[in-house]
Amino acid sequence: MKLLTCPVNGPRNITEFQYLGPVRAASADEPEQLIDALFYAENPLGVMREWWRHTPSNTMLIAERHTVSDQILATYLPNRKPA
Amino acid sequence: MPFSLLKYGLRSRHVPFRDIPPTPDLKRSYDVVIIGGGGHGLAAAYYLSNVHGIRNVAVLEKGYLAGGNTARNTTTIRSNYMTEESVRFYKEGVELFETMSRDLGFNVMFSQRGQLTLAHSEATLRSFHLRAEMGKHMGTRIEVVDVQTVKELCPHLNLDLGGQHEVMGGLWHADGGTARHDAVAWGYARHAGARGVEIHQRTEVIGFEQAGDRVTHVRTNRGTIAAGQVLQAVGGLNGQVAAMAGIRLPIRCFPLQAMVTQPLKPFLDILVSSANLHTYLVQSSRGEIVIGGGSDPYQLASTRSTLDQKEHLAEGALHLFPFLHKVKLLRQWAGITDMTPDYSPIMGASPLRNYWLDCGWGTWGFKATPVAGKRMAETIATGRVPDVLKPFDLSRFDSFALLNEMGATAASH
Repeated sequence: MKLLTCPVNGPRNITEFQYLGPVRAASADEPEQLIDALFYAENPLGVMREWWRHTPSNTMLIAERHTVSDQILATYLPNRKPA
Repeated sequence: MPFSLLKYGLRSRHVPFRDIPPTPDLKRSYDVVIIGGGGHGLAAAYYLSNVHGIRNVAVLEKGYLAGGNTARNTTTIRSNYMTEESVRFYKEGVELFETMSRDLGFNVMFSQRGQLTLAHSEATLRSFHLRAEMGKHMGTRIEVVDVQTVKELCPHLNLDLGGQHEVMGGLWHADGGTARHDAVAWGYARHAGARGVEIHQRTEVIGFEQAGDRVTHVRTNRGTIAAGQVLQAVGGLNGQVAAMAGIRLPIRCFPLQAMVTQPLKPFLDILVSSANLHTYLVQSSRGEIVIGGGSDPYQLASTRSTLDQKEHLAEGALHLFPFLHKVKLLRQWAGITDMTPDYSPIMGASPLRNYWLDCGWGTWGFKATPVAGKRMAETIATGRVPDVLKPFDLSRFDSFALLNEMGATAASH
């Protein structure tokens, strides 16, 4: 069982979470960035910031995860990035 | 008989037969450099050298021959897609598999036993009708079948009548089949090698030199070579290699896991997949049950195994064939799929004039091996992208001409 730590509910089985994709540099609100925002998602070999949702409590959170080792380095609420 | 065989093998004049030519030193320049020594790259090398007469070709492979995604798929071959563009392309692929053993003089163990996708809801059946009509229109053998026919096609299947995953019908694709993945790559490598194509294993591309909108040199861990044209076909690392050439690709990587059981007596002579259970099964020629399913739920570029995904596959397999419950697993593996936003590959031109792309092969790469190789070779030899590849151009994302190929994965649709 792989664990992911919800900032509100603590460590939980990762199957309780929904992956919502990378935190995007591009913004869909900027017309010239629309195609980037829609199609060109981040796909690094390394640490990626991404959106997750803890489904039972509907908590939206950000995780920093390494896309090769699959190690989760940090999880936090979107408006409370740790220093 | 064994004695004479031994004698033959020990004769001093006997030269051991070698399918794949040894890796030579790199020359200073090649007409075509193919990055990626998997099925697609080797097929392109075969068609370039054997059909178009372009022999000064180097295939660069980071690891060993066909050791990436070619070795890590579940060998399903089919053309029951959703859009006209895809059906046309994959149908040509299936036809090339039909004659491949004969064409290559190499047994690729192609077995055209048909693929059955199960529908567990009226909604799925309706989408199957759409796919069947598109397939028939394009001339492929495909039809929607009722429960009775499902039972005849696959007598051991648990139909779960009245249950949670009741089988209500299926999509029967008689042209579907399976082949030996290694043999496909080896067959192409042998013929390309015989025509002078150099296959460089353990040769990793580490950068490019460019002049204007052309690539002039390819830098590798074994030295720098000049290249007339470059073809990129590096399943799982396409984003990274393209980035070295300054090209951005709309690709995200997800692992796709699969496994096989111990060998059993033959009981399953078709390919079965389930739309609801996200699981598909095929019995290999050795009797093993190959079990595959959907990708991992989040982006990752690692071929590790997870218990969750394996349990999910086992659950689906046991639902369809409950008597498999005491069967042991033999092996498991994962490949890295390059997922594009419209579940379709990216083939053809790139922003660079002599740099060609054959990538974005999410979960649908193996079946396209011969046709992608053939058509990419044609593109490189003539400098013109053939009509059958045009819908798959990278520029489709800029013009919102996406393909919406939701028939791409056998498991989910």
